[in-house]
Formats: sequence, structure tokens, C-alpha cells
Amino acid sequence: MDKKEIEILELLEKNGRMDVHMIARMVELSVEEVEAAISKFEEMQIVHGYSTLIDWTEVRGHEGVTAMIDVKVTPIRGKGFDDVAERIYRFPEVKAVYLMSGAYDLSVSVEGKTMSQVARFVSEKLSTLDTVISTTTHFILKKYKHDGIIFGEDDNNDRRMPVSP
Amino acid sequence: MSLDTSRFIAEHVEALKPSGIRRFFDLASTMENVISLGVGEPDFVTPWNVIEASYHSLEQGYTAYTANAGLMELRELISDYLKTTYAVTYRPADQVIVTVGASQAIDIALRAILNPGDEVIIVEPCFVAYASAVSLAGGVPVSVGTKAENGFKLQPEELENALTSKTKAIILCNPNNPTGTMLNREELLPIAELVEEHDLLVLSDEIYAELSYEADYVSFSSLPNMQDRTILISGFSKSFAMTGWRLGYAAGPAELIQAMTKIHQYTIMCAPTMAQYGAVEALRSGSASVEHMRKSYRQRRNFVTSAFEEMGLMTNRPGGAFYIFPSIKETGMTSEAFAEALLIEEKVAVVPGSVFGESGEGYIRCSYATSMKQLTEAMKRIKRFVEKQNA
Repeated sequence: MDKKEIEILELLEKNGRMDVHMIARMVELSVEEVEAAISKFEEMQIVHGYSTLIDWTEVRGHEGVTAMIDVKVTPIRGKGFDDVAERIYRFPEVKAVYLMSGAYDLSVSVEGKTMSQVARFVSEKLSTLDTVISTTTHFILKKYKHDGIIFGEDDNNDRRMPVSP
Repeated sequence: MSLDTSRFIAEHVEALKPSGIRRFFDLASTMENVISLGVGEPDFVTPWNVIEASYHSLEQGYTAYTANAGLMELRELISDYLKTTYAVTYRPADQVIVTVGASQAIDIALRAILNPGDEVIIVEPCFVAYASAVSLAGGVPVSVGTKAENGFKLQPEELENALTSKTKAIILCNPNNPTGTMLNREELLPIAELVEEHDLLVLSDEIYAELSYEADYVSFSSLPNMQDRTILISGFSKSFAMTGWRLGYAAGPAELIQAMTKIHQYTIMCAPTMAQYGAVEALRSGSASVEHMRKSYRQRRNFVTSAFEEMGLMTNRPGGAFYIFPSIKETGMTSEAFAEALLIEEKVAVVPGSVFGESGEGYIRCSYATSMKQLTEAMKRIKRFVEKQNA
């Protein structure tokens, strides 16, 4: 991966909607070269998609709840944690699953419309799995910053004077 | 009749020309929804770790004066930084002084070296303060204009033609505000030879050194025999996005730095303490945040360069700083008329090149230290404006 390819990835990571013409100018490549690089990233599964970061708490009636669940599991001989993880991440309400070092094994992020919906998922789906030993559920009260973006930050916060030497 | 207080003003101050930027500032300030490419400072906010370190120093009660030349810890870090980055060695104890912005370093350097009537070469187009700072220090500014066809790079023969028996020093700003021009080693060497031959001193304004996008930056002080003839001036404003903190420094021969410190101690005492603690953190935490900003400026430079080329405004590809200096001669307008009409008709503020010296006439300075969103819109508006002029 060369320097310019890394730059393209960094630009897309910040803004998945950035126009290829603009990227081409910024990294001094042709539009075709940028398009080829992006196709390559997609094929190599370096780029997994282009999602949009939405603050649902600002959309009335769609606020929803998110829980971070610490899950202790018994790893299965020969397969480790991967099988358990898969059984969990296949559920559509599960947004993220990470294998963790420390006091528990899997960190599971679950989204639901209401707290009781998430609670039902934990008690009915997650804790009933054979390999799951215990769960600890933490509900997120407020998101300040997500994926490097600070929520609620004013876009027009340029405090500079309009002309200066 | 009320008292005419203006007669108390000293003649040499009365004689100073007001900065041409001021008029534009006043005009732009009265308008709404202006996209400004007229700003000579970063669009980033100071890195958080620096802000936090300054908070902490205040909380701990570090609110007293520091040593006149600045915190020893900070001078040591500046010395280390100059050594590792530009391979120049300065003793923190007597060859480094922390100042209130690089501007104050320029002021006290000039006051420390100039006798009345001494001439100082100013390479134009340049930062608006140099000539006035020379005049205020009792010297005589002598302009040397650079040309677009040479990439606004100072030519040794142009410099030599301007030298007289009274020439004492040259102010060199590299990379340059407003042209974005950066001189490399090969281009600096013949200048250094002239400096030695004519027994001159160089005030090397290296405030934009961290923002260089092509070759490695070469400090004037690192050239053969130049350390004794250079007062290296820099600061935290541009590289660490700390303009409002007003913190700069100078490094140079001990005798000169001590002479500057004498002026500094009688007029300023010391640079602001909380800003110095912020700067300590800036240098300690190293280059990650600078690297991030440099990359972003470079991308924006690439973008605006190609945008100006596309609209047919001739421009040199800037090697450093965050300015681009395209020619507007094609339109047949003066820089000032162009900038004013652009501001009124398209609400884009740029600075007329003429405010940076006669050789800047026919050009405009656009700062690309603004968001890509704003830059894209500004380029669209400038393009529309230029097309209208050429129609």
C-alpha cells in the first residue's frame, strides 16, 4: 500500500461521501487512479462499506437505546471463542462484538427501540446460550463522541477574524 | 475647540502607512456569509493536550513571571527541537529567548541591531510588518521584489544590486507569506555566500517551517558559516495552531540574544506564563498533531492549486505555508479592485497582493487554511467571478 493509497483511505474514513474528483485533486492522482484504488480496497475488504453516522437521539420517535454487554463465555475446544461470537453476532440487533482481554470475554453492543426490548434479548437470546456463563448489561445514557465525531458540535465555530496578515 | 491630540504623535509613527489589510478587514467585517480566504492563521484549534496542559498550570498556580528569556524547561525543549529537526545547536541558557509571538522576536531583533540609518533588505512580497518594524527601530527598509517567473524566489543578483555600504541585515521569510514559496538548500546557498561576502546578518523568519510540503526544510542557520550570522525566528502559532497564545522564540549568537533579552526585560518582562506551559506540552508531545495538520494543508494546497489552474489563473505551486498567490493580471484589474469586487459580488474575501509590497501587484493571496467545504464553494465563486470578468 503506497502513501497516496493510505491518504485515500484516511479521507474516506473521515468522509465516505467525498467525491472522487475531489479526492483525486487532493492526493494528486487522476480520477481513474482513485477509482481503481477504491475498487481495490473494496475487493480486498479493506473498505467494508460507507455508512452514515446518525445521531438518532435528534430524531423524535426513533431515539432508541444502546447497551454494552460484558459477556463471559466458555471457549469451545478447537474453536476458541469464534463459534460463540458468531452465534451472537448473527443476531441483527447486535451492532458490534469484540473479543476482549481482562475480566470478561466478549463485549457485545446491542441496539433496541426500548430498554425492555434489549432486556428481552439479553434474557431470552444471549444468556440462554450454552456457552454463556454470565452477562453484565450497561445502558448508554448519552453519546458524547462516536467514531471520532463529537455529537452536537457547532459546524460554524470559526472564531477567527475574517482578514488577518 | 477640543484639543488636537494628534500633534502629540511622534513623526516617525505618523509617517507609518496603515496596513492595507486593515481596510479589507473593515469591509469584510460589515458583510454576512462571507467565505474568507483572507485569514493568516490555521483553521485548527490548538491541540487539546496543549490546552489541557495550560489549564493544569493555571490550576497549579503557576501564574507568576518566568525568567526574562522564558522557562528554562521550554528553552531546553526548543533547543532540542531545533537540533533534532534542523540540525542546529543552540545553548538554552544564553542562545534562546522566548518571545510574545515571532512578531516580538522580529521587533527586538531589529531594535537590538540597528543604528539610525542602517538599511535592512526586505524581500517582497512579504509579511506586512517587516518594513514598519525596521522603521520603528530607526532603520531604513530597502525592498527587493521577487518575480512570479522565478517562482517568487529571491535571485542572488537581485539581492546584490540592493546592497549598499549601509546594509546591515536581510529579513528572509521561508516558506514565504504570502506566496507560499519555499527556498531549498541550493537556492539558499548563494544568498548565504553574499551574506558572508558583505558581512551581513540574517533575520530568518521560519514560522512556517513545519508547514513545508515537498523537500525537507533547510534552516538558514544550518548553512555553512551561517549560524553566527543568523537570528532564527520561529514560534508556535502556525505549526501548533497557537496564534492567539502569542508565543514565539528566537535563537542566535549569544551576544545578540542577550542584547535582545535586555530590550525584552525592560519592555515585556517575559512571555505569558500559561502560554509557555502550553508550549512545553506542545514540544514534549512531539509531532503527531503537527503531522496531521501538515497532511491536511498539503491536500488542500493540491486542491486549490488545481482549481486555480483550471480557471486559468496562473499560479506557482506553493511549497509551504498555507497561502497560494495566483495572478489576476489576465482580468486587467488591479489586485485591490479585484479583491474588492470579488468580496462585494461573490462574498469571498482574499487579500490583494499589493499590500505585501509593490511586486505583489497583479496577484491575490488566498489562504487555504479553511475547511474543504468552504474551499470548494470559494473556488466555485471565484471561477464564476473570473468568467464574468473575461466575458
